Amino acid sequence: MLWSIGYTLIYYNFKRNICMLGNQSVASRPIESVLSTNKVIRSTYQLLSMTLLFSAVTAYLSIAMQASQGMGLVATIAGIVMLWFVLPKTANSASGIPVIFAITGLLGFGIGPMVAYYLAINPSIVMTALGGTGVIFLGLSGYALTTRKDFSFMGGFLMVGMLVIVGASLLNIFMGIPALSLAVSAGVIMIMSGFILYETSSLIHGGETNYIMATASLFLSILNIFTSLLHLLGALGGDD
Amino acid sequence: MDWLQIGSAALLLGMLVMIFPRVRHAMKNSPKGTTQDWMGFIVPLAAVIGFVVLLIMSVR
Repeated sequence: MLWSIGYTLIYYNFKRNICMLGNQSVASRPIESVLSTNKVIRSTYQLLSMTLLFSAVTAYLSIAMQASQGMGLVATIAGIVMLWFVLPKTANSASGIPVIFAITGLLGFGIGPMVAYYLAINPSIVMTALGGTGVIFLGLSGYALTTRKDFSFMGGFLMVGMLVIVGASLLNIFMGIPALSLAVSAGVIMIMSGFILYETSSLIHGGETNYIMATASLFLSILNIFTSLLHLLGALGGDD
Repeated sequence: MDWLQIGSAALLLGMLVMIFPRVRHAMKNSPKGTTQDWMGFIVPLAAVIGFVVLLIMSVR
């Protein structure tokens, strides 16, 4: 289906400082820097959990209102426009908080019609995708946080992967090849998994110091994994 | 082709235009990873792939 392809890739994983990650190890940095990094990590996860809850509420509202695909697309475009043009200007001030909630709320509302579709055909697919996304995110975050590996070398690879996936998705709007659509979803899961490792690593190593931007990046990775997993499970589970 | 397709295509095209300069910048400036670094990425990625396959099998 077109909209599942569209929604899968409609989110651009916004990266400001993709190549500006710090390469310092925590041990070699002053104690103030380590404390500051820990504060950014804590604030990021707090804001991320709140925005995820908020987007779940707006997605529920979208389902309850029986929002059309068109409404979903409009909400998503509005969210993306805010992400591209408003968030970078407000992320360094307190006004970034309402902006990130507005973005995540709009994106949550945007996936409502897709979730409603899968709930109608098989509710267990939605629950499995939700649980699967949670396990992938927690597993990858836990891996990056415990190993403290520096994944800054992945910046170029991830951005090229992103470009290829967006290009393939655009091509498939005109060609409509189901296999390509599934390949794109699988690719999105892999690239977004890489982005979770990359972003978590940049939080640990002090490359990302703005918790609002870090939240936006992790939120988009989670949302992309969820929608792609939903698409894969729906198609390969025999109900799409 | 309906307006949903046109809207999605326009958005994806905009996305390509937006990310292209960043891709070039990232390719030029990203640090190079060692084999060990890449192994540290491939192992969790393989685990994710295995987990997704498991999820697909569970809903069949």
